[in-house]
Amino acid sequence: MKTIRETLRIGLLRSALEFKQFLRQRESVVFTLFFPVILLFIFGTVFKDTIAPGVTFSQYFVAGMIASGLVNTGFQQLAITIPMERDFGTLKRLRGTPMSVSSYFIGKALLVTILMIIQTALLLFFGTLMFGLNMPTSLTLWWNFTWLVVLGSACSTVLGIAFSVVPKSGRGASAVVSPIVIILQFFSGVFFVFTSLPSWMQQFAALFPLKWLTQGMRSVFLPADFATQEVAGNWEIGKTALVLMVWLVAGLVISIKTFKWSRE
Amino acid sequence: MNNAAAIQVRGLVKKYGQKVAVAGIDLTVERGEIFALLGPNGAGKTTTVEILEGYRSANSGEVKVLGFDPATKGAAGQRWRNQIGIVLQSASDAADLSVIETISHFANYYQNPRDVQQVIDEVGLREKINAKARELSGGQRRRLDVALGIIGSPELLFLDEPTTGFDPEARRSFWDLIRTLKSEGTTILLTTHYLDEAQALADRVGVINEGKIIEIATPDTLGGRNNAPAKVTWLENGVTNEVLSKNPTEEVIRLSQRFNGQIPELQVLRPNLEEIYLRMIGELK
Repeated sequence: MKTIRETLRIGLLRSALEFKQFLRQRESVVFTLFFPVILLFIFGTVFKDTIAPGVTFSQYFVAGMIASGLVNTGFQQLAITIPMERDFGTLKRLRGTPMSVSSYFIGKALLVTILMIIQTALLLFFGTLMFGLNMPTSLTLWWNFTWLVVLGSACSTVLGIAFSVVPKSGRGASAVVSPIVIILQFFSGVFFVFTSLPSWMQQFAALFPLKWLTQGMRSVFLPADFATQEVAGNWEIGKTALVLMVWLVAGLVISIKTFKWSRE
Repeated sequence: MNNAAAIQVRGLVKKYGQKVAVAGIDLTVERGEIFALLGPNGAGKTTTVEILEGYRSANSGEVKVLGFDPATKGAAGQRWRNQIGIVLQSASDAADLSVIETISHFANYYQNPRDVQQVIDEVGLREKINAKARELSGGQRRRLDVALGIIGSPELLFLDEPTTGFDPEARRSFWDLIRTLKSEGTTILLTTHYLDEAQALADRVGVINEGKIIEIATPDTLGGRNNAPAKVTWLENGVTNEVLSKNPTEEVIRLSQRFNGQIPELQVLRPNLEEIYLRMIGELK
């Protein structure tokens, strides 16, 4: 019990420290927190059409942007920064202290959650301000929104940690990780209406969490009757939760088994 | 347990594929001593130290560090790290954090941390307390590394080439810091490329080459240094003469009689640790 409390305490301290370091890197603040807002501005300004009665493209796009924000702040950010921490000797130094690996993971997960909350708030704020975005109307939708963010953040965090063993160096990490994220964004219905994509793309995207997160976010931000225009004809909320859970567990197991503290 | 040696190694072997990095090392480091491990690059020095630090596992042999097997995984291994401090070679982490922020944060990891302010004074970073790590000079950055290594009040401190890139003055004051730690009872395992550093700090030195310990001795007796012939040089008829002598005092008396007192440009040189060391690793190549 005492050990668990200590692990959590150090995890909290680590997340505070990591957040502080994050805020001091101006480029990462701009890229991670404001880039989605900039994209929203561009896409919302260029595509002014409605894609269904009462549904603007920017409404559709915000749902997708919040979902892909989860992938950006979690998966993408961690899969790039952890190899850099490995190069800088951060991880090797930590490994030589009594800090437990769980505390390190907790620190990362909390950092991702904090960043996700800020990023989502920015998207909702500017979306409402600039494009008259409609907020979720019922408590059920807000509840769905909350668990999608929490489960999505967790899933994205562990997959980012798991993937962090793939890039050979911190410098090359971005080149390995970013294309994967961008391709998944295109395939998962972030930049285009999902149903307008070729079916092979849809089926490929359905293997990964981002497609399910964007669909889940659409269920929150689009009118209920829009569900009939989804591939399955409904929002598949249960299936979404299940897919995310499977990825979460798989990511967690892989992270614990394969995590590397230093470049060999 | 406290009477047992700080480090005990018996028959340590480590292979990377077919390549044997450590070929059966025996080593004992007593509590409270400064032990310097010397050896050329690729001799197995870093591998040995990293096994002792718990970063790598051995293929065979017995390793006890503070009575504990460093390769132990899980919570017990983490707890053991409360008693050790590690100062790695080059690290460039936490560049955006200040000296005080980093040291205070690391203090949280340990059961029995030292006083943060005191550590900052000891490593001489008082004036840089609010500077970011990226703004520190190489020597100051190294002092921060040492601060992080000793913040947990370690019984055993690993120092891996701690003064690389220091100017002579910074090196001297760093040595004073290490002597202070020793006087407080800290055991120190030092690896270094600087023989003068080993001479100045170490109670004993071990020379490692091709994965084996060639010799362990005090800096003054390593390689038979205390019995090695001294070099006596002097100036005569505008030419520097030199004689190697097992008994340089007699040589000097003889010369003094010949010159009727003052011997021009007299020097008596004992072989320094560096010459002895180079001869030792050279012989084996």
